[in-house]
Amino acid sequence: MSSALRNVALFALMFLLLAGDAYLHSWNSALYILNLCLISAIMSLGVNIQWGYAGLINFGVMGFAALGGVAAVFVASSPVMEAWTAGGTGILFAGVALLATIAATVYVRKAIGRDNPRFRAFATALVIAIGYFGSRYFYDPAVSAIEAVNPSATGYLGGLGMPILFSWIGGALLAAGAAWVIGKVALGLREDYLAIATLGISEILVTIMRNEDWLTRGVKNVVGLPRPVPYEVDLRGAQWFVDLAARVNMPVADFASIFVKLCYGGLFLVVIAVLLLLAETALKSPWGRTMRAVRDNEVAAEAMGKDVKRIHLKVFILGSAVIGLAGAMLTTMDGQFTPGAYQPLRFTFLIWVMVIAGGSGNNWGSVLGGFLILFFWMEAEPFGVWLLEHLTAHLGPDSPLRQHLTDNAQQMRLVMMGLLLLLVMRFRPNGLIPERR
Amino acid sequence: MENVLNALVVLTNYIIVPATAYGCQLALGALGATLVFAILRFSNFAHGELMSFGAMLTVLVTWALQSAGISIAPLATALLALPIGIIGAAAMTLATDRLVYRYYRRQRSHNVIFMIVSIGVMFFMAGLIRFIIGPDDQNFADGARFLITAGEFKAWTGLQEGLAIRASQVITLVTAIICVILLFWFLERTRTGKSMRAFSDNEDLALLSGINPERVVTFAWIIAAALATIAGTLYGLDKSYKPFVFQQLLLPIFAAAIVGGFGNPLGAIAGGFIVAFSEVAVTYSYKKVLTYLVPESWAPDGLVQLLSTEYKFAVSFIILVLVLLIKPSGIFGGRSS
Repeated sequence: MSSALRNVALFALMFLLLAGDAYLHSWNSALYILNLCLISAIMSLGVNIQWGYAGLINFGVMGFAALGGVAAVFVASSPVMEAWTAGGTGILFAGVALLATIAATVYVRKAIGRDNPRFRAFATALVIAIGYFGSRYFYDPAVSAIEAVNPSATGYLGGLGMPILFSWIGGALLAAGAAWVIGKVALGLREDYLAIATLGISEILVTIMRNEDWLTRGVKNVVGLPRPVPYEVDLRGAQWFVDLAARVNMPVADFASIFVKLCYGGLFLVVIAVLLLLAETALKSPWGRTMRAVRDNEVAAEAMGKDVKRIHLKVFILGSAVIGLAGAMLTTMDGQFTPGAYQPLRFTFLIWVMVIAGGSGNNWGSVLGGFLILFFWMEAEPFGVWLLEHLTAHLGPDSPLRQHLTDNAQQMRLVMMGLLLLLVMRFRPNGLIPERR
Repeated sequence: MENVLNALVVLTNYIIVPATAYGCQLALGALGATLVFAILRFSNFAHGELMSFGAMLTVLVTWALQSAGISIAPLATALLALPIGIIGAAAMTLATDRLVYRYYRRQRSHNVIFMIVSIGVMFFMAGLIRFIIGPDDQNFADGARFLITAGEFKAWTGLQEGLAIRASQVITLVTAIICVILLFWFLERTRTGKSMRAFSDNEDLALLSGINPERVVTFAWIIAAALATIAGTLYGLDKSYKPFVFQQLLLPIFAAAIVGGFGNPLGAIAGGFIVAFSEVAVTYSYKKVLTYLVPESWAPDGLVQLLSTEYKFAVSFIILVLVLLIKPSGIFGGRSS
């Protein structure tokens, strides 16, 4: 069986699985999973650009996805003018003070050379302390003023009130900006330290989103973000839609939610097609060959005159931008931004399992990995409950052991993911669709 | 004078006592992670789950002992269950080593591969733990609650402020000291300990001198499992046992290990206390302390807090990132492989 045929077979199997879900549950749930699969595939494409092309370890996936989500809030939620008048200037002043602190710190460290490190450290600490308390002087009153404006409904600055589709570009840009800063300071670290550092930074980002209510409403969540696709309610009232539902022989209410999911799916498909096209072109281009050369032998590439540092930074920014885009798409589909939902296990390590199981260094592999792993992640819960209910059926309906086992059956999906990653790493380290050499 | 004493009591009660206990727990956790790093040369992302696993076994054995009516009051029954938890956790680490890590050691794989594999182990263990004990909070503490309560302290000293010391905090400190003494005695005095230090310093030279690498690795896993179980159990006694928490503890533990220099046992202990004291001191509100120390007209009206309490864990992440960016080898110098 040739490799091309095998790949087609793998994707066909994937769609059979989704069709099976549609048959067993409903079209609605299958389409929902399909849309999540598309988003996950985009995230794993982003990680694949970093890890598969260039061997960079980014465990900050969660942070970049969350930045995409924040971008959706900034772009699409309506501005709260009252909050801007109450605390906008204070926040701006605090921001200026913060930037001034950073500039002053850089200046002081440049001005005092490395020859007297004690004085340099002391001066740096002093500048940072002054800057911190200076920023707080503006920041604290502004924050309490903003959060006091109608706290149950808003209590934050809001966004720009623009169409939410713009946030997809915004999310990519925001993540790219963050990646530029992070890459500048962290990319010199060796592999495992880079992994730990990016994980730490992404945790800091998400902690800020959970607690700075004036910016993101924190754990109160931003709900009711506008949609790029029609609402079910409007569809049900439209005559053309009622006719269409009659033609496909489905109840109008069911068809409305399916139609909405199809619209999302269409949008996501466009994005993933464009990304795949770009990624494949890049991989075959001289740039892609440079990438692989740097990944496989940094020293030799450096000797051939390649600027490894710059290449790494570029790749890190590109990959993070793709993750940010996917994060914005996810928030758009959910229609709400919930900072509490960002957990490293789900948003960093699961994506990594997708990339490795799919085949690092191969874009189609990453897409397949994204589909497969997410499908199993979603299906493991009902399947595990079903399996354990059957296995423990002989224990009787009210045995405490049976109750405990079925209650915690969903935790088995973590065990499955772990086993899958271990088996792939051991027996197929190149993944389901290996990199083309 | 009385005011100064009162301020000191407040500081002791809200910062020094809790941060010392937390620092001991972090130090023990970081010691295990650092040992694995020194011998096997990779950052073990499953270490938080290993703590959780050992603690879970201890909790289960504690429940069994409690229902059998066995107790060592006034001490917590969990201390009696600890050895069994340690044996179980050590069996777990040795099993994962045989089934997973040994293959990559023979392949001489890059440490990135080890790290990714350890994430697989992390997933596996996290799922297993939540499947066995469920994702909820579990209480297993018994025995005396307090060494001294705030009320007793006030009556005894006549001060306005109380100082409460929980039994779990004392148990934590004493256990941690015993563990550290034992560990350093082992590393400094025994043949196996010396061979482990040699192996960590220079693998090739150690192999040439006839040190058996598999034996060294086995001991490293056993000791790491013991330390992780003790750390996890003490954390659970002090607060409560919740499987979810240990994923959050992984980064503070890495932070402690890296601040002291990854692979350096003494550094890990110092790092644990640095991280714990920073976390508590930065997020504590100093209003009460200041009201005792300054005249009434100057009394602060805010909370006088450097960062709000929600940022407690973020403090350790910030320390971690800063140390990695400024001096990745740690402040005491670790292995720079």
